[in-house]
Amino acid sequence: MTAAFLRVAILPLVAGFASLALAADIPTAERRSGSEFMGPETRAMQDDDTTNPGMLWVLDGEAAWRRREGAADKSCADCHGYAQTSMNGVAARYPAFDAAKGRPVDLEERINMCRSEQQKATPLPFESQALLALTAYVGRQSRGQAIAVADDARTYPFIAAGREIFERRQGQLDLSCASCHDDNWGKKLAGAPVPQAHPTGYPTYRLEWQTLGSLQRRLRNCMIGMRAEPYAYGTAENVDLELYLMWRARGLAIETPAVRP
Amino acid sequence: MVVLACSAAAAAPGEPALRSFAIVGDAIPDSLTGAPGDAARGRAIVFNRQVGLCLLCHSGPFPDEKFQGNLAPDLSGAGARSSIGQLRLRLVDASRLNPATIMPSYYRTEGLTRVAPAFVGKPILTAAQIEDVVAFLATLQE
Ligand code: HEC
Ligand code: HEC
Repeated sequence: MTAAFLRVAILPLVAGFASLALAADIPTAERRSGSEFMGPETRAMQDDDTTNPGMLWVLDGEAAWRRREGAADKSCADCHGYAQTSMNGVAARYPAFDAAKGRPVDLEERINMCRSEQQKATPLPFESQALLALTAYVGRQSRGQAIAVADDARTYPFIAAGREIFERRQGQLDLSCASCHDDNWGKKLAGAPVPQAHPTGYPTYRLEWQTLGSLQRRLRNCMIGMRAEPYAYGTAENVDLELYLMWRARGLAIETPAVRP
Repeated sequence: MVVLACSAAAAAPGEPALRSFAIVGDAIPDSLTGAPGDAARGRAIVFNRQVGLCLLCHSGPFPDEKFQGNLAPDLSGAGARSSIGQLRLRLVDASRLNPATIMPSYYRTEGLTRVAPAFVGKPILTAAQIEDVVAFLATLQE
């Protein structure tokens, strides 16, 4: 019987799901958010709400939270009240398992589910300013909270699927995400430090984009760099990757809306 | 001594197939094009972040180049450490020397997963570009 078989098939039964962690993983004590690899100016820009450009989307999101929409003519606030209390900690545990769909959904999809099912409004397109604004506003309510996605029998197969994608070599350059983010973090790719790829601050204002962008957009950037075919927005592969990355970042604090180079 | 003959698998229509070459031990002794490369062109390829990509990972004795990488060994002295044939195999398919390497195989189109459509069936560098880079690396004697 191989160690891999033991790990996948037996250990979860006896030891719970702690066995998702492998020896090659970045040890908890060395886990660092992307913000710790940035220069002091970029960190200062993130940490001050008056200079953080992502706060513009948060303000738009706050207005959208109170705006009635759709055939139901309801606002987010009509169901959820004050986001400061009802949305506190929510982003720290997404993607979360949705029982009706039988799979995890990320925050953007969850917001769109409320739009179509509760507000009877059309879903907002991925990467639209309206969806980024609402996601940033909801994410902002978890700032400082420790990332803690569910790690149980329902989410385990999806976390494992995300890990499989993370460790698989892809693209013309034949690199895996792990080649850079597990094995070479802290080193320099051209001039830029390779971070550990923890999704602490999404949606994030990326200076290179000169706008706010989602985690899926960031994942697509790295895949394009590997000359791999990026997964389309909203695909199961992207959500599995998001879930694995959040599980891998467990314990780190949410920084949304973060600023990144 | 092991001699492996590799030849190209089917390339996309209209695309030139990879040229065949022979691996002898840890080297490809013969030029992929039958002619020696041009070191000046090779230098430009190595420095180009969209073509050679080398300086994303490597640094080298190039004091005027900003933003060099350090995911890989410094290229100083690469031409002294390896023969021309060894440099050629390193570029063509570094995974034959070290299956765990992160150095991309610059002249291989097989065994890759989910390659973006624009790059399917194409090696990262052409045979002539490989020869140019090899010629440049050979000049890095210290
Ligand atoms: C060749 C190296 C390399 C590979 C391969 C790579 N990345 Fe990255 N990644 C980077 C670098 C460098 C950055 C930081 C870029 C910047 O900020 O300019 C980054 C940033 C990120 C971030 C943002 C972290 C933050 O702090 O916001 C995430 C998430 C990420 N990568 C995930 C992935 C995933 C998933 C894959 C595989 C599909 C992958 N990366 C493949 C080099 C790589
Ligand atoms: C994604 C990273 C990466 C890229 C891009 C890359 N290399 Fe490498 N290269 C490596 C690593 C890592 C090694 C160390 C040996 C190994 O892992 O096989 C290496 C080793 C080498 C060596 C042997 C070094 C020595 O000490 O003698 C040479 C020569 C070399 N590379 C040349 C190049 C050239 C030229 C290019 C571009 C055309 C290039 N590499 C692109 C990662 C890379």
